[in-house]
Amino acid sequence: MTDWIDIGPLDAIAPRGARVLRTEIGCIAVFRTAEDEVFAIDNTCPHKGGPLAEGIVHGHSVTCPLHNWVFDLRTGLAQGADSGSVATYPVRVHEGRLLADPARLVKRDAA
Amino acid sequence: MMKKLIVIGAGMATGRALEHLFEIAPDEWEVTLFNAEPRGNYNRIMLSPVLSGEKTYEEIVIHDDAWYADNRVTCRFGEKVAAIDRAARTVTAENGDVLAYDKLLIGTGSSPFIIPLPGHDLDGVIAYRDLEDTNRMIETSATPGARAVVIGGGLLGLEAAAGLRLRGMEVTVIHIASHLMERQLDAAAGYLLRKALIHRGIDIRCSANSRQILGENGKVRALELDTGEEIPCDLLVMAVGIRPNVQLAKEAGLAVGRAIHVDDRMVTSDPDVLAVGECVEHDGALFGLVAPLYDQAKVVAATLAEQEAAFRQKEVSTKLKVTGCDLFSAGDFADGETREDIVYRDPARGVYKRLVIENDRLIGAVMYGDTADGNWFFGLIKDGSDISGMRDTLIFGPNFQGGASADPLQAVAALPPEAEICGCNGICKGTIVKAIEGGAHDLGAVRAQTKASGSCGTCTGLVEQVLAVTLGDDFQMPTAQPVCKCTDLTHEDVRRLIKAKELKSQPAVWQELGWKTKDGCHVCRPALNFYLLADWPLDYQDDPQSRFINERKHANIQKDGTFSVVPRMWGGITTPDELRAIADAADKYAVPTVKVTGGQRIDLLGVKSEDLPAIWADLNAAGLVSGHAYSKGLRTVKTCVGTDHCRFGTQDSTGLGIKLEKALWGSWTPHKVKLAVSGCPRNCAEATCKDVGVVCVDSGYEVSVGGAAGMDVKETQPLGKATTEQEAIDLTIAFVQLYRENAKYLDRPYKWIAKVGLDWVRERVVDDLENRQALIDRFAVSQSVYQKDPWAAHVAERAESYQPLTMLPKEAAE
Repeated sequence: MTDWIDIGPLDAIAPRGARVLRTEIGCIAVFRTAEDEVFAIDNTCPHKGGPLAEGIVHGHSVTCPLHNWVFDLRTGLAQGADSGSVATYPVRVHEGRLLADPARLVKRDAA
Repeated sequence: MMKKLIVIGAGMATGRALEHLFEIAPDEWEVTLFNAEPRGNYNRIMLSPVLSGEKTYEEIVIHDDAWYADNRVTCRFGEKVAAIDRAARTVTAENGDVLAYDKLLIGTGSSPFIIPLPGHDLDGVIAYRDLEDTNRMIETSATPGARAVVIGGGLLGLEAAAGLRLRGMEVTVIHIASHLMERQLDAAAGYLLRKALIHRGIDIRCSANSRQILGENGKVRALELDTGEEIPCDLLVMAVGIRPNVQLAKEAGLAVGRAIHVDDRMVTSDPDVLAVGECVEHDGALFGLVAPLYDQAKVVAATLAEQEAAFRQKEVSTKLKVTGCDLFSAGDFADGETREDIVYRDPARGVYKRLVIENDRLIGAVMYGDTADGNWFFGLIKDGSDISGMRDTLIFGPNFQGGASADPLQAVAALPPEAEICGCNGICKGTIVKAIEGGAHDLGAVRAQTKASGSCGTCTGLVEQVLAVTLGDDFQMPTAQPVCKCTDLTHEDVRRLIKAKELKSQPAVWQELGWKTKDGCHVCRPALNFYLLADWPLDYQDDPQSRFINERKHANIQKDGTFSVVPRMWGGITTPDELRAIADAADKYAVPTVKVTGGQRIDLLGVKSEDLPAIWADLNAAGLVSGHAYSKGLRTVKTCVGTDHCRFGTQDSTGLGIKLEKALWGSWTPHKVKLAVSGCPRNCAEATCKDVGVVCVDSGYEVSVGGAAGMDVKETQPLGKATTEQEAIDLTIAFVQLYRENAKYLDRPYKWIAKVGLDWVRERVVDDLENRQALIDRFAVSQSVYQKDPWAAHVAERAESYQPLTMLPKEAAE
């Protein structure tokens, strides 16, 4: 069973907003939707490296601030005519705190 | 073996004939093409936009070198043909070359008619016919204070006059008839056109006769009228008509009347010689407009390919290619005992429409100011439709026939396949629909495949409507398109409904206007956020999450995810202390690039997101506030030094710039807004390509609006003159507020003005003093909420949100 770790209060992220989580494997964007669902995806757009945490959040999607690629926060898949994807990471909310699965957030050995 | 075709003249008619020929009979003809002009086929009817600066010559070229090479056309440009020997079936070039032909096509066009007034051979007297004339006009207009006289108030003369005026010349039009374009317009429409042109600063003299052209040292100096009045000019353009070029044909012994006689198959009196274009006479008629020429070209190609075709004369319609003067004329509108008129006038909007009816058929239509239904009326004229059933509502156009639907798409949907959409190229709806069904899914593709809307371009809207009707949801109309996929409403609809229904929050808009998504998208949310805060500054709560990152973080995002920081420098003025503070900040935060912007401010590029609050705090401490260089709001007011230091400066332009910036900063607008104040007409602050530009003159301030130097380059248009500094500030603020209250999000002022008309703006900002004050008052209310330094606010309240959520400790991850 995974031991989720606390990465901060839910209120640290504005509704329809995001914050960056720095990890050993790179920057991850943690999103909060209008309904207080949370999602975590790679912060880097596969198109030109735009910081997704700075994008506009709508529904279950975020729009990259550099060239308007839209990603589904649940699947990490680019929407519309664009193709590509970003990795997704498990996050959840418990009693007002944001919890992340540490197993996915560390460098893995070649094994 | 390939047959030899010699073509004399590389104009629009022969060019189109060759296109058709290569299409229907590829590899059958070996073509040699002579042209007196040193170039190939270009879109001559677009010379007016070249003159006015709206297009370049390169944009109007129809066939480039590659096209001629691909079709193995031997080009002899800049060479005339000296003689035709019909018996030997040869032509002789100017240099003596003798070339044999199987078929000869004459397309020598026409020459402008020069009135043999005394002085017509002076330097500076030109016609308006080809690129050389156009370039000559552009050259002369570059001389400051240059004046032009245009003789001829017809289509061509007025296009020349408008183009020269746009290039800054003082222009006078001399017209012999009592109203302009008397062959196409009735007196009432002519009056409205005259008024519109005078409003643009063009001097118009109707019922005026020229006596002689006066010169000095061999150069034109003035035109003398028969009243004795002298009108000074550096350039005199004659645009009084054209004469077919028939000399060569006559000398070759072909049958020539007013022009070269051709039969229905465009064959001359010699079965091996064809003719096309402005040099032909068919059944007693000559041709100057492009539509019949293109019809003839089709027939020429078919005749050469030994296919059946016959040229038929059709009704033609006219449009004036002067941006902002909407004018349409078709058919016959002379008075007559058996004829009846239906006239519609709306003086406030400058709209006039007149329909001429005879025996329940529409035979003529003249429209000024609103020509949207022109093609529909033209169709009724051409088809000779019985209009008795819709006589009551005829003048209101197709939307009001049969069930009064206001949807223009329905009218287009109802058109039969053979309805002509593009008059220049004779392209009917069916051809366009076929191209769309074959994969041409946007305007560019339709234009490339069918040529529809590719000539004068006035049918572009109709072609788009055909696209919309054919493709349904797959096509987004460039005009009147919905805000985004979340709604079917246009920006204009949404703005109107927000006001009408008093919607004061985004959820209220989504709910009341039936948004299809839960909370909008990145396209509609920034627009809604702006509309709501502009309309309800005291009630609406600004939503940072509906702003693009630049506005959410008050800095411009760069391609590597860093940001740039621009402090405000009022009117471009700074101090050594401010410069020291900027330099210190650049050092402290390791700013890689320090750059002076085009708006006279200093840009610190490459700042990390998490450093933003700290650098702002340092700059705030030195008295600097955010320059809003990231905003859809007031950006900068550029200035020159004016009376303070300049020997030409007429007013305190720097001081006025600072006052304007202090009044307007912090306001949000539909798009970025840039201003400039120049101290004299030398315009060192480049005020004439800004959203609002003030040029100081001895008598006060000239306020002009609607300039741009971005995706489009536009010169400002005069809004009004102010005698005092306060009046100049008032005009500016009232204009900005009117723009804030009415424009579509992401339309710069020039785009918005093009939709509502500058007259409409002037009425509200300049003429109606009460309304001007009301606009200023509403702006003040908004500024009481929004004129705050966002840097200070974020440093105080939101600095933490610029930091990463947390650093994930390594050990915790183990």
